[in-house]
Amino acid sequence: MTGTLANKAAIVGIGATEFSKESGRSELRLAVEAITAALEDAGIDRSEVDGLCTYTMDNNPEIEVFRNIGGKQLKFFSRIHYGGGAACAPVMQAAMAVATGVADVVVCYRAMNERSQYRFGSGYTPPPVPNAESAHYGYYVPFGLVSPASWVAMAAQRYMHETGATSEDFGRVAVACRRHAATNPYAWFYQKPITLDDHQASRWIVEPLHLLDCCQESDGAQALVVTSVERAKSLRQTPAIIRAAAQGAADDQQMMTSYYRPDISRLSEMDLVAQQLYDQAGIGPDAIRTAVLYDHFSPFVLPQIEAFGFAKPGQAKDFIREEGIELGGRLPVNTNGGQLGEAYIHGMNGIAEGVRQVRGTSVNQVKGDGHVLVTAGTGVPTSGLILGNA
Amino acid sequence: METLLDKARAWVGKAANAPTTARDPVNLPMIRRWCEAMGDTNPIYTDEAAAKAAGHPGIVAPPAMLDVWTMAPYRPGGRTAEQGFEVLNLFDEAGYGGVVATNVTQEYGRYLRLGDLVTMSTLVSDVSDEKKTGLGTGHFVTLAYEFTNQDGEFLGRETFRVLKFKPNIPDTKPQSDTKEKSDGTPEFPHPRPAITHDNAFYWEGLNQRKLLFQSCEGRLRHPPGPMDPVSGSLDFEIVEASGRGTIHSFVVMHQPRLPGFEYPLPVVLVELEEGVRIVANMIDAKPEDVEIGRAVMADFVEVEPDYVLPAFRFA
Repeated sequence: MTGTLANKAAIVGIGATEFSKESGRSELRLAVEAITAALEDAGIDRSEVDGLCTYTMDNNPEIEVFRNIGGKQLKFFSRIHYGGGAACAPVMQAAMAVATGVADVVVCYRAMNERSQYRFGSGYTPPPVPNAESAHYGYYVPFGLVSPASWVAMAAQRYMHETGATSEDFGRVAVACRRHAATNPYAWFYQKPITLDDHQASRWIVEPLHLLDCCQESDGAQALVVTSVERAKSLRQTPAIIRAAAQGAADDQQMMTSYYRPDISRLSEMDLVAQQLYDQAGIGPDAIRTAVLYDHFSPFVLPQIEAFGFAKPGQAKDFIREEGIELGGRLPVNTNGGQLGEAYIHGMNGIAEGVRQVRGTSVNQVKGDGHVLVTAGTGVPTSGLILGNA
Repeated sequence: METLLDKARAWVGKAANAPTTARDPVNLPMIRRWCEAMGDTNPIYTDEAAAKAAGHPGIVAPPAMLDVWTMAPYRPGGRTAEQGFEVLNLFDEAGYGGVVATNVTQEYGRYLRLGDLVTMSTLVSDVSDEKKTGLGTGHFVTLAYEFTNQDGEFLGRETFRVLKFKPNIPDTKPQSDTKEKSDGTPEFPHPRPAITHDNAFYWEGLNQRKLLFQSCEGRLRHPPGPMDPVSGSLDFEIVEASGRGTIHSFVVMHQPRLPGFEYPLPVVLVELEEGVRIVANMIDAKPEDVEIGRAVMADFVEVEPDYVLPAFRFA
């Protein structure tokens, strides 16, 4: 089945700031810089932007961004909730807006001083007025289970128990990402690969997660320009056609703590995204040549490999060992270095790498004409994209 | 140079302002209102017969109303210059803008009767040295009032002490939950849950050392929510769990470290025999002994007064 969203829109521009630990400027300025770079990359004038889409966690209001870039008429603006689970969904919304004629040029952005101004890893602070969202954290935070790493670790421990995967299997994800980052000049960990021994020797953050299972915290911004495939034909870059875009929440979904579903070692929401993406694009895992799999914490890369059918449930560890997720393997994963190696821009930098793979401009280019898969935050309501050539 | 205190003390023994005469004579409507507001039901204040029976010539006013009759008229913006006290103005001008009444004493000559027209004369009786108080730094100023009627008859007197002060500057440091213990070490409150209409029963149950869950048609659910997802019913029973369960998964926290917890900190996900799972800490358990599948039993820990959390022990 080919869905109506398939092949209607394309990512035609990408732009980013440098990725750092202290940008030294406002998040709004980071957003404006990245958006300007993305529009220049696309060859589209700032005044043509008529749609903006970001995450609810982004601190830069669409209207502030819009007035700063000299926008004229903003016809579409929307935001997606659930942290990094949003990542691919602004692009999905942009594609929907373009496909329905609601807007012509939609810019997706994520800009943050997540390292220098605030840190997600330091623990949850509740808002003053109780609501369903803050009530949720009450079942975890009073017990010291306060950080994203800790919420993921609970599922990872059960995954190890169910599948026989080990800490070294998680480590192989980190090693692959760091190998790819080592050749990416834009990556924070450029020229800094690690070994499996480094991973095993790194300190515990939350058992079973070592330090090197955890992504960085970064300052920086990434923007993407989405327009129609027709418009894309006359633009300067090779368009990354949006073959499929989907969101998913399922199976007694919780925000990072889906501990009440029958099998907590599965990512049921990603199973749902995978099914929709393949249906929409009319392809299966064999047609995917490389993937950007959300890697805020390495353990969740394994059930994603299973969700997308590259390995049977519980066998991602074997796929990683035998088929390979590094450059040269069956499925090179996170060729930009991922969030473990390049930067933590809440997954939007991964979409930009997906676009580079379609264009053929990645520093770790994967040969072939297959499609590129990009996923968003794991353990949360999530999203995904399949990108391809025209 | 003449200091503020010199200027203020020059007033001591002098009239603080011109005498004030009441706008209305002592009257029953005012008395009735005052008694209603105060809840004073003594009939001698409102009933002629009762007053006479008590030996008065007629209705009398409650003694504590002594200074009511000459009070300054209500005026948005405060008193006029003539109604104010120049000695207190000295302090306002010098930055001691705060004022709070600290003591009142009254001494009565005789009961005030209907028709008495009260005049109040005010002397400045004392100005204190500078004092540091909880409100701020300032001076206590004591005023002595004397009350007479239209015939010059002595009715009573009152001393009224106010503190004129410079307010302490509020602490402008960022608000923090950090408190100091008496030995100077910081004391952090334990993280608290957000309590809503939907989950209050769960947290109240814990305070009674019970593990309570919503049940609908025999299905238990957790975390709490308003609707049974299977039947769509908003009705539910609350049932108490046995506390017996097994460890379904666990982590050992190393970072971040919250004050008040011991690290490495095991956190367990326990599947109770009733089929629901909850997250909690362990009691008397070494991190290395925690493993998936081990049987555990619920207990309760009062982390702060009236704040109880569930915890598990190895069964």
